[in-house]
Amino acid sequence: MSEANINIVIGGGAGQGLATVGQLMSKAVIRAGYHLLVRQDYMSRIRGGHNTFSLRMGPDPVESPCEPINILVALNEETVALHRDELMDGGIIIADRKIDTGIANTLKVPYDELASKPLYYNVVALGVLGSTVCNDIGIIEELLAQTFAKKGSAIIEANLEVLRASYEWVKQQDFDFSCIAPPPEDAGSNLMMNGNEGIAMGALAAGCNFVTFYPMTPSTSVATTLINKGRRLGLKYEQVEDEIAAMNMALGASYAGARPIVTTSGGGFALMAEAVSLAGVSETPIVTVVVQRPGPATGMATRTEQGDLGFVLHAGHGEFPRAIFAPGTVEECFYLTHHAFGLAEQFQTPIFILSDQFLADSYRNVERFDVDSLPEIAGPLLKPEDSSYRRYELTDDGVSPRLVPGFSETLVRADSHEHAQSGVITEDPANRVCQNNKRLSKGNGLWEEVIGPDYYGEKGAEVVLMCWGSSLGACLEAADKVNGKSVGVLHFKQVYPLREEQFMDVLEQAGEVIAVEGNATAQFAKLVALETGFQVSGSVLRFDGRPLTPEYVLRGLESII
Amino acid sequence: MVSIEQYGDFETSWCPGCGNFSLLKGLKQALAGLDLAPHQVMVSSGIGQAAKAPHYMNCHMFNGLHGRSLPVAQGMKMANPEMTVLCESGDGCLYGEGGNHFLAAIRRNLDITLLAHNNQIYGLTKGQGSPTTTRGQVTKTQPDGVESDPFNPVAVAVAMKAGFVARAFSGEPDHLTEMIQAGIRHKGFALIDIMQPCVSFNKVNTFAWYKEHSYLIENHDTSDWHAALALADEFPERIPLGIFYEADKPLREDGDVLAVHEYAKDDLKAVLDSFA
Repeated sequence: MSEANINIVIGGGAGQGLATVGQLMSKAVIRAGYHLLVRQDYMSRIRGGHNTFSLRMGPDPVESPCEPINILVALNEETVALHRDELMDGGIIIADRKIDTGIANTLKVPYDELASKPLYYNVVALGVLGSTVCNDIGIIEELLAQTFAKKGSAIIEANLEVLRASYEWVKQQDFDFSCIAPPPEDAGSNLMMNGNEGIAMGALAAGCNFVTFYPMTPSTSVATTLINKGRRLGLKYEQVEDEIAAMNMALGASYAGARPIVTTSGGGFALMAEAVSLAGVSETPIVTVVVQRPGPATGMATRTEQGDLGFVLHAGHGEFPRAIFAPGTVEECFYLTHHAFGLAEQFQTPIFILSDQFLADSYRNVERFDVDSLPEIAGPLLKPEDSSYRRYELTDDGVSPRLVPGFSETLVRADSHEHAQSGVITEDPANRVCQNNKRLSKGNGLWEEVIGPDYYGEKGAEVVLMCWGSSLGACLEAADKVNGKSVGVLHFKQVYPLREEQFMDVLEQAGEVIAVEGNATAQFAKLVALETGFQVSGSVLRFDGRPLTPEYVLRGLESII
Repeated sequence: MVSIEQYGDFETSWCPGCGNFSLLKGLKQALAGLDLAPHQVMVSSGIGQAAKAPHYMNCHMFNGLHGRSLPVAQGMKMANPEMTVLCESGDGCLYGEGGNHFLAAIRRNLDITLLAHNNQIYGLTKGQGSPTTTRGQVTKTQPDGVESDPFNPVAVAVAMKAGFVARAFSGEPDHLTEMIQAGIRHKGFALIDIMQPCVSFNKVNTFAWYKEHSYLIENHDTSDWHAALALADEFPERIPLGIFYEADKPLREDGDVLAVHEYAKDDLKAVLDSFA
């Protein structure tokens, strides 16, 4: 949060290699020992349009994306026109020398001299930016070599040549880069991961071995990461015909002993709602990842929003228990997903991870996860304890022993209808009440396991910002910048169920509680009111498809506190 | 040897005279005849009178949602390739609500057997036209006659070169049992479209009508795709019974039984290290 941290925005059209430059630069920045937070802004098209890849980086921890730009890397003229006004005092533009930026502080790059053909222009951009930000060319040389390893040494050498020429060219320029802090000396060995990758790795660490999905931005990379990283470990996967099949196939696999995950976004989840209910009544464990984007319907496919909380909370007909997690960081994506699998196995009911496009595509530096200390997740029984086994046995806590079919002569009968303890269809009213109570009583167990919100700041602060999911960083940073008032942040990473005693004192002791959410109707504040009766005094809401930034939160707070 | 008695005898909610009775008996006979014990068989079913069938026999069962029995069956098979997996439901369930899954399952070619109870009407919801109801047939919800062409599942499956495509009739029990056994023996996706009367709601395609129109296929080369298409096209004027088409196709690799599959910690750590 110090001024030492800078905001680099790389802008250009889709197809110009912008994401490649951004990702390689991100990795270089992390390997150099900096902290990093990426925001990706892209359009729903394959070529052209206007996209940005923003790296906020520096020697100090970075909490959120921000608006003012220190370095604008313009791969086309449109980028200059759209973002020139966001440059900070002393900010610089790096652009092709043919582009007239109208800004004196422009590093005019001779792309056509540094690269023999346009194919290499993104390597020029990487070289120029690398030379500017991270003096050590060795880091980027190694990255390029790793990236093109499969394409052979000739391709690697051609790219390295362009990289070196670009590095050298920058050093010969008489240009002021004093805004950039040197990398810290105690460079660690952090990982680079985005939210979707964090979820995928949390799933693998939990023993997830089956993924079904229908491709849908911005959720697809959860599945592709699982496939790319997990199939060598034995994970099975299927890109299915539709989301209906995704959820039903996962439930079939779960019944047969797999540990599945289903990945989608709001529109796809709409199709899954029928089978969410099936998971509820058949008591089949399933973890579902819903990566939000703005709706209704197709909405804005590549933008971000926190608009589906109400939907995920209520999806599925009938009554059955569930839990919903909303990670605020990549670390939380990893650990909460692992936890979600544990709950799904233990309580045999649908569990949800609610993320969003901003977090999904946001690369961060993360410390290596402590895999050894993760709790073991017990799977279902392979053999019944005795011959009287019944799938839906009535128990005190509502949890019946789950048996995998095929490992003994005992039959396992699961049903979407109301059923007797044996799994056989019945409409007996007394049985219905018993089975419904049994299912709902598993909610008590889920309630015992609720992870309470984190509170940042002093108790009894004049203002408490109440947020959930990916809005954490923007709130933390905004809270730090409010002048003249004490501001705390209450962040919920589990949004359902809620346990009043974990947070009501914070809300009651606060002068004012302001809901900060990425939706138009303060969905979480409404949920809190419904569950506790507590009413927030105001809200800062963003629903223009862009992530919350500290500047946006501060502007919103100006008029209400 | 497994006996048919091991599959049990249950009270049903079917109408007297329903084709489902001989269908269920044919299935039990087929499984016992293949020496498959109840605990070696997983059955997925949808919704409808036909989909209740697994409730009326001893087997592992997942009775899911309307139209969704095929995705569930495929999930089961992928999770545990060592089990015999069957999928059972009616024409409305499989070809109407589940039409997209039907096409995808043929393409995917997992080793499962689909038993389609086809009575050309919606029975459980009391007599509406189904995807296989003949054009022009008057029903409660189509008082001017069904105005859409019927779906021909056998022709579609043959057209898609499904590995095993057969038709049976509940009024030919021995042949029905034989077809189910052939379908289960086939390595890959097998469709057995089974004609059956709905005694309550289909007054056109009655037992007598099926008897009159159906015949057992003879002298047909099941590897001849064009001949199979021509046979499939005879419906509904004539109803050929038997195997239309059979072919060896690339099968999904079986892989591990997931319930007993665990990742090594070191492998997991290596995967995480790849993000450095």
